[in-house]
Amino acid sequence: MSESALREQSLPVGSFGRKSSGWYGVWTLVLTESAIFVYLLFSYFYLASQANGEWPIGGPPPLTLAAPNTVILLASSAALIWAERSGARRGKRLQLLAGLALALLLGVTFVIVQLREWHGKAFSIRSGTYGSSYFVVTGFHLAHVIVGLSVLLTLFIWALRGDFDAQRHAPITVGAIYWHFVDAVWLVVFSALYLVPHLG
Amino acid sequence: MVVTEQGRAPRMARQSGATVDATLEAIWKTGPGIRGVLSTVDHKRIGIRYIVTACAFLIAGGVEALIMRLQLAHSDLNILSPEAYNQLFTMHGFTMIFLYAGPVLSGFSNYLWPLLLGSRDMAFPRLNALSYWIFLLAGIFLYASFPLGMSPDAGWFNYPPLSGKDYDPGPNIDFYLLGLIFLGISTTVGAANFLVSLLRTRAPGMSINRLPILIWGTLTASVGNLLAVPAVTLACVLLFADRQFGTHFFDVEAHGQPLLWQHLFWMFGHPWVYAIVLPALGIVSDALPTFCRRPLVGYTPVALATVATMIVGFGVWLHHMFATGMPVLSLAFFSAASLVITIPSAVSTFAWIATIWTGKPVLTTPFLFLSSFIILFVIGGVSGVMTGAVPLDFQLTDTYFVVAHLHYVLIGINVFPVMGGIYYWFPKMTGRMMNERLGRWNFWTMFLGFNIGFFPMHIVGLMGMPRRIYTYAPGLGWDTLNLITTLGSFAFAVGILLFLINLTVSLRRGRPAGANPWDGPTLEWSVPSPVPAYNFAVIPVVASRHPLWEDRLQSPERSSLSRGYLLNHGRETLATTVLDAEPDLILKMPGDSYAPLALALGLGIVFVGLILHSERWTIVGVLATTVAILVWLWPQRRLGQTAEPTHV
Repeated sequence: MSESALREQSLPVGSFGRKSSGWYGVWTLVLTESAIFVYLLFSYFYLASQANGEWPIGGPPPLTLAAPNTVILLASSAALIWAERSGARRGKRLQLLAGLALALLLGVTFVIVQLREWHGKAFSIRSGTYGSSYFVVTGFHLAHVIVGLSVLLTLFIWALRGDFDAQRHAPITVGAIYWHFVDAVWLVVFSALYLVPHLG
Repeated sequence: MVVTEQGRAPRMARQSGATVDATLEAIWKTGPGIRGVLSTVDHKRIGIRYIVTACAFLIAGGVEALIMRLQLAHSDLNILSPEAYNQLFTMHGFTMIFLYAGPVLSGFSNYLWPLLLGSRDMAFPRLNALSYWIFLLAGIFLYASFPLGMSPDAGWFNYPPLSGKDYDPGPNIDFYLLGLIFLGISTTVGAANFLVSLLRTRAPGMSINRLPILIWGTLTASVGNLLAVPAVTLACVLLFADRQFGTHFFDVEAHGQPLLWQHLFWMFGHPWVYAIVLPALGIVSDALPTFCRRPLVGYTPVALATVATMIVGFGVWLHHMFATGMPVLSLAFFSAASLVITIPSAVSTFAWIATIWTGKPVLTTPFLFLSSFIILFVIGGVSGVMTGAVPLDFQLTDTYFVVAHLHYVLIGINVFPVMGGIYYWFPKMTGRMMNERLGRWNFWTMFLGFNIGFFPMHIVGLMGMPRRIYTYAPGLGWDTLNLITTLGSFAFAVGILLFLINLTVSLRRGRPAGANPWDGPTLEWSVPSPVPAYNFAVIPVVASRHPLWEDRLQSPERSSLSRGYLLNHGRETLATTVLDAEPDLILKMPGDSYAPLALALGLGIVFVGLILHSERWTIVGVLATTVAILVWLWPQRRLGQTAEPTHV
C-alpha cells in the first residue's frame, strides 16, 4: 500500500447501508437459502421424472388464484422499494411507514390466498410423491414469507419508534433484500410448479 | 449517555507491540467469572473452545472405535450385540465427521482469522458465539440418545429405506436427522461469518494475493458449506417428514425414491469432504514453510488448486453411488471428474515437497506431523483414485478397502495437520511451548500405530471383507489382519494419550514462548503470546505476504506493524474494501452478550420438542428463539445503528 493511502482520511463510523456488515451478511443468507430452493426443485423434478402415476395430480394446477397472488407479492416488493427509496433514504418517516405497512398488507394477503388455495386442493401432503412435493415446496416458500413478514413488522415497529433517519437505516436496506429474495424465489417456484405443467 | 458520531478520521499512532495497552484491554476484555464464560464473543476464546470440544468428541469417537476393534479382533466374538455394533459405528462416523473433523478446523480458523487478517475480531462476533453454542448443544443432543440406547443405527450416511419408519421405527433415526439439521445451522452461520470477515475485516493492504493459504482453505470451505449444507438439511427434513408426517419422498411403495436421499446426501457429502480437508491443507501450507525456513513454493498455484478442488468437488458426488445402477454416461462423466481432482491435489503435493526440498528443514514435532501428512495424503489420494475408477469401485465398494481409504483421508489429512497445528499455535494460544521430547514420542506412536492399524484394512478389503459387519466367520483368512488392525488402533490411541499428557503438562510447566517462538512470517506472530483481548494495539498496514520476513527476504515492500490505525473510541475495528483492502469504515463491534446462548438454547428446545413429539415445547422453543433474535438485532446506539437524537 502506498504512503498516500496512510493519510488520515475521514471514515464513516458504525452502520451505514451497503457498508454495514449486515448488508454483506444478508447476501450470504440469500446465497445459502437459494441453494436450499435449488435442491428442493431438484427433488421435485427428480421425483417427477421417476413418477409413474399422475403428475401433477388432477392435471396442471389452475392459475386462478396463483397468478393474481403472484402479482400481489410483486406489488408488495414494489411498495417496499418505494418505502426504502422515498422514505428511508430521504429520512421521511411517514413514507417509510406507509410503504412498510402496504408491503405488510400485501404480504399477508398473499399468505391468506395461498392458504385458501391449499384448502381447495383435492389432494393432501400424503397423496403420493406429487402431493408431498407440492406441499413441501410451497410450504417451504410460505414459511419464508411468514419469516419475511415478521421482519417487515419488526422494521415497522423500529421505524415507528424513530430509530431511523436519512443516515442510519441499514436494517431497512437489509430487511428489504430478504423480502425481495422471498419474492424472487416465488417467481421460480411459481414457474416450476404452476407454469411448467401447462407447457406439456 | 452514549454518544456516537457519523464520521471520524482514525488517528495513526505508533504503538509498541510488546506491552499490553491498558485502555484497549479495558475496552475489549471479557467480563469476569461465569458471566464472561456464558456471554463472551472473543474469537480467541471461542476458537479454543471449539478445538477443545471437538477434541472431546474425537476422544468419544475414538473410544467407540476401540470397542468395535475389540469386537473385530477375532472371528465370532460376542463382545457387542449386532444392534449395539450398529449404533457404535453410526455414532463413531457421525462423531468423527460432523462433531470433530469440521468443528476442529472451525476452531483453528475462529482463533486465527482475525490474527492472520490483522483485525480485532470476526465480522460478526455474536454469530461466532452462536455457532459454537449450537455446535455444543447439537453434540449433546445427539449424545443424549446414547444412554437411552436409542442412538442412530443406519450408518453415518443413513440410507433409506433402512432408515425409514418401517425398518427403524424408534427415535434412533430422528436423533440423527434432527441432530444434523441443528448442527447444520452452526456450520452455516459460521461459514457466513468467515465469508463476511474475509470481505470486510482484512487489514489495509491485505489484498487477496497476500492472504495466508489457511484463509484460502477456510474461505473455500465456507462458500462450499453455504452451498452444500442445505442439501443435507433438506434431505433430513424430507426423511423426517416421511417418518413423522406421512409424506412419500423415499417411500418405495408409493413410488418414492430412496436414491433421492443418496443424491442429496452426496451432493452435500462430497463438498463436505473438501470442507474438512482444505483448511487442514491450509494449516500445512502456512506452518510447514516456517520449519523449512523459506516461503511456500508456488503460492499462487496452491491457492488456485484449493479453489479448483472445491469447484470440481461439486461435480463428483455420483462416485459414491457407482454401484447403484447408473447410466454408463453418468458413470463415465463422474469417474472422469473424480480423477480430475488429482491435478490440483498433485499441484499442492509437489509444492510442499519442493518447499521441504529447497528449504532448510528444522525437525521439530510440528514439522514431523506436517511432513508425514504428505505421505498419508498420497496414500489416501491413490486409494481414492482407485475407487474413483468405476470397474475397480464395483469390486471395492462396501469393503474394508473403502474404510481404509476414508481413514487415510480423514486421519491423514485432518488429524495429522491438526496435531501439527496444535503444536505450532499452542505457544500463541497459551504463551507456553509444548514439550518437544514428549512430542516426538507422541508423533511416532501415532504415526506407526496409524499405519499398522489402517494399512491392513486395504488388504482385508481386497480379500472381500465387507464393512459394517459386527463379526465374521473363521477360516476366511481375515483373523490375523484384523488382529493387527486392532493392535495398531490401540497403539494409535496411546499416541493420542501421550498428546493429552503433553497438553496437560505443558499448559502448567511449558517453557514461556514469547511472541514469535518459531520465527514465523505472518501477522499472528507480531503480537504477544497469549494474545491480548484486542489482538492488535494498532491495526497494521500490510505490504507483503510475509510481513515478519521482509528484511531477510529483502522484499522491496515494507509492512507497517507498529505504526497503524489506533481505534480506541470503544470497541472498534477497521472495515476495508473488498478488492483492494483500502480503509472504508470504522466498525462498531458488539461486546459480551447473552443473546447467542439464549438463541441456541431456544433452538435446542425446539429440537427437544420435536424429538419428544411435544407441540408445547416446540412452540416454547420457537417463542424463545424469536425473543432472542429480537433482543440481538434491536438497533443500538452504541453500535452506531440508530438515528442520532435531534435533542439531547
